[in-house]
Amino acid sequence: MIEHFLVGLALILGLALGFLFARRHRGGAGGTEAVHHILLPFTGTEISRRAIDAALRLARAEGATLMPAYLAQVPKQLPLDCAIPKEADSAMAMLEAIEQRASSQGVPVDARIERGRTYRHALARLLDHETFDRVVVSATATGASGFSGDDLVWLLEKAPAEVLILRPGPADHRVLSVNGRGRLS
Amino acid sequence: MSRGRYKIFLGMAAGVGKTYRMLQEGHAEADAGRDVVIGYLEPHKREETSAQARGLEVVPRRRASIREVEVEEMDLPGVLRRRPDLALIDELAHTNPPGLEHEKRYEDIADVLAAGIDVFSTVNVQHLESLNDQVAELTEVRVRETVPDSVLGTADEVVLIDLTPEALIERLRAGKVYPGENIQAALDNFFKIENLAALREVSLRQVAEDVESKRLVYSEAGAVGRRREEDKVAADAPKAVGERLLALVRPQPSSQRLVRRAWRSAQRLGTDLDLLWVKPPGQPIEGELERQVTALRRLASVLGATLLIEEHDDLVAAVARVVRERGSTYIMVGESNPPKGFARLREPLPQRLMRATPPGVDVRIVAHRGLKEGGK
Repeated sequence: MIEHFLVGLALILGLALGFLFARRHRGGAGGTEAVHHILLPFTGTEISRRAIDAALRLARAEGATLMPAYLAQVPKQLPLDCAIPKEADSAMAMLEAIEQRASSQGVPVDARIERGRTYRHALARLLDHETFDRVVVSATATGASGFSGDDLVWLLEKAPAEVLILRPGPADHRVLSVNGRGRLS
Repeated sequence: MSRGRYKIFLGMAAGVGKTYRMLQEGHAEADAGRDVVIGYLEPHKREETSAQARGLEVVPRRRASIREVEVEEMDLPGVLRRRPDLALIDELAHTNPPGLEHEKRYEDIADVLAAGIDVFSTVNVQHLESLNDQVAELTEVRVRETVPDSVLGTADEVVLIDLTPEALIERLRAGKVYPGENIQAALDNFFKIENLAALREVSLRQVAEDVESKRLVYSEAGAVGRRREEDKVAADAPKAVGERLLALVRPQPSSQRLVRRAWRSAQRLGTDLDLLWVKPPGQPIEGELERQVTALRRLASVLGATLLIEEHDDLVAAVARVVRERGSTYIMVGESNPPKGFARLREPLPQRLMRATPPGVDVRIVAHRGLKEGGK
């Protein structure tokens, strides 16, 4: 009887230790914490493909979810929480295109559309209520990115996460843009 | 005794002519033979307003004190004793000094109406509670005296006194709103074209919403079963031709694709979109779930869609009820995972929905699409 009890106890202990060991191995790649969400804020109707690809590479390598966030400006005379169908139309097409690209690389996506009086205001609201571990923004000055140098400095100061600013590169003319349909170019 | 009729003159800002118009209409009523008195008037030293008040009987004000300062207030018992057909009572958002019957003037007005006396009154849009924050954000000026929006809802008639921002600034410059020494300060602060344009839009929208809600209330009241059958058919006809989309969602990122497709379809059909999450009973909304519900709510708000959360253990029954209540004509569902185990024996969800919902309701399955061809 006592032998049965001891064998049972040993089995339970073995299972518990095995579980703890496996858990430690899964969560501790290189001793760093797992990255869960990578924020990719963008504005307007195009986004640098380099920025998307960098964010996707990181997300794939770290098993993270990509959080593309379309930042929309709401005119002063409208309530901040009003519906913005025109902006949403562009946002939907962009998010759809990003999601398809992410899906082809097996990266999960959790998209957002955030409103603000300015792009920075929208970004601040996003930082307020979302949690993420990295932010990827492109410093490529295509004119459509919507982020000024000041915005990037502000982001570096305020974002409670690692910020990855991609320096301008020769491939910056390659953007993912929408002309109503979310087409890559 | 029946309640008096209540008419509110709503304006975007001081000086648009609310009080003036109220007095004009008061005169018209008096000319038509009704007994009209001024219960309270705040002419703000505006000559045009004072001139318009001449000829109308005024119920004398009473004295009250705030921190040992004597002020003049509306004499509510005096108005009730006088019992006119119609009382003109300016500035319904006003706060009374302590010690009077009510804290706010709109509550005084409720007593007057309850006594069967008709009331005309005035208010600016920034005094409405729900708009106070919005107006403060737009104009950087916050008013302290607010009234619940329901006050506007109790009015039988809301008249918007509209004036272009340019015309109002012209009136201000001409000294028709504030005395000379205050004009420049007003122009530098509150009375800017962009502020007034925003306030005007808020006022117009408020009245439009009020009209819409009254129309809906009327329509619902009319639906109480005394109508003949042919009237019912005629009244229901517009519903029959209108489309309404219902998308079944879950608070998880994969639902966003479904929401996007549903919204695009709604846009093409020119119809409203409802998002429905049937929440299992007792499931707490916390942690990641809470985050996803918030994200869904925000997305619905951006799109102008309505997010409905129904707690029910039977998905199909809950959907069928919502379809009937909302008059949905399309149901959109996402592609589900292949069933496992005993679930394989169960009838698929679309078929169950088709059986449970009224005839004519289409069910559409939104497939998961990979990368579009040509997109690299």
